[in-house]
Amino acid sequence: MSPFPTHLLSIDDLGSEEITEVLRVTDSFAEVGRRTNPKVPTLRSRTVATLFFEDSTRTRMSFETAAKRMSADVLSFAAGSSSVKKGESLRDTVETIEAIGIDAVVIRHASSGVPARVAGWVDHCVVINAGDGWHQHPTQALLDLYTVRQALGGGDVGMARFAGLRVAIVGDVRHSRVARSQISAYAAMGAEVTLVAPSTLLPPSLEGWPIAGVSHRLDDVLEKADVVSLLRVQSERGSGEFLPTLREYTAGYGLTSRRAAMLPPGALILHPGPIVRGVEIASDVAELPASLITEQVSNGVAIRMAVLFLLLGQGPVGGGHHA
Amino acid sequence: MAERERSHTRPRGAVFVPRAQVMSAADVHRAITRMAHEIAERNRGLQHVVLIGLQTGGVAIATRLADTLSDVEGTAIPVGTLDVAFYRDDIGLRPVLPEAATDISFDLTGATVVLVDDVLFTGRTIRAALNALGEYGRAQVVELAVMVDRGHRELPIRPDYVGKNLPTRRDEMVDVSDDGVSLGDLVIR
Repeated sequence: MSPFPTHLLSIDDLGSEEITEVLRVTDSFAEVGRRTNPKVPTLRSRTVATLFFEDSTRTRMSFETAAKRMSADVLSFAAGSSSVKKGESLRDTVETIEAIGIDAVVIRHASSGVPARVAGWVDHCVVINAGDGWHQHPTQALLDLYTVRQALGGGDVGMARFAGLRVAIVGDVRHSRVARSQISAYAAMGAEVTLVAPSTLLPPSLEGWPIAGVSHRLDDVLEKADVVSLLRVQSERGSGEFLPTLREYTAGYGLTSRRAAMLPPGALILHPGPIVRGVEIASDVAELPASLITEQVSNGVAIRMAVLFLLLGQGPVGGGHHA
Repeated sequence: MAERERSHTRPRGAVFVPRAQVMSAADVHRAITRMAHEIAERNRGLQHVVLIGLQTGGVAIATRLADTLSDVEGTAIPVGTLDVAFYRDDIGLRPVLPEAATDISFDLTGATVVLVDDVLFTGRTIRAALNALGEYGRAQVVELAVMVDRGHRELPIRPDYVGKNLPTRRDEMVDVSDDGVSLGDLVIR
């Protein structure tokens, strides 16, 4: 196996071999999560800081739970209650946090590329992208893949199912970092990704994107989809301005009960959360057995344990591999 | 064991080159038969005895020991597998990846646990295994069975059942497989 990258900034940092490795290691951490005492001493004496410049419930809690289950110490930073309010720059904030002596920064920011910038500034810690602007959200894509693999038989059996798997990614692709990470991850594993969205919610150019196709009609795609991965309509990033009304979006692209019934048997429904019931997914569809939204959240912890372990657990302590 | 070290220990890409075969497949078979009898003798009736194979080298040996034990004593022995990667004290010093998920589907409280591994070397894997075992209940007794004891212990750990005592140099490599046991070196290609 080639060495795991120093930082996890984008799914494109990983090849199919590394993604396979993450999913395989996640199996071991999922086993830890099922124990009465779901805690292992693996990252004892390491410190993980979560640096969130944007709101988050599940991602932050998931990363912090993951770090704590591996016995790491966790520093939690929220931009709203920090010196950022006093005018401290991002670079100074990061250097302060690094000077405190931490081993990993988990960073979320509304601007694309911030984690990559931060990775260029730090010398002694690893940087994990927990979502930057419209750019990437790599751990979300990894946990989606893990959830799909688990639902398709798990282990090597589930892993083999990615080849030729028909994945429909539905919704606001334009503003979605999740979609960008998912597309790279599914494509790396050999799946065929179709984007389904109104033209206004697609990026101006799809040149170079590893996708099998684009459709503007969800009904046409559903019959031939093995996985339907829904995206949230991101009002805070301006999705609304690209749509006449939310009701019109639901009429064309919402996964209603009628549409869910068109899916082939065994098809899976995913959503990265938080779900907006009645807009991109009907409430009763979210409760169907085919819907894996809850599994995605529980697998999130194990995936993030695996990522922390692979980034922190392998090289020599301090310096060395961070060159 | 050599498999595991080959794939995860630096230098990456090094391969095991055997120099001498020290046990044939038949020798390994005889050693397993003898160790099974020793386990049966020490734990009369095999009540509460469970075998736990360490991932990955110990798993096949644990399974073979359990098969032999059930032939000898006529009782089925539960077999579990344990991966100790998360409990190692050398995480960050060298790449140590989990091999496969732990699978212990029974409570170990009150059990006589026989840990099974292919090669006993520094003893650090066994120390990690003892810590990991605690998560699955409080075993009454823990014993250790290994196919090869190659010496160079760094911790006060000793095996209860040994297939073969094999004096080695520290930098040599021991490979245990179904075909037997070989002594050789890691060579960077």
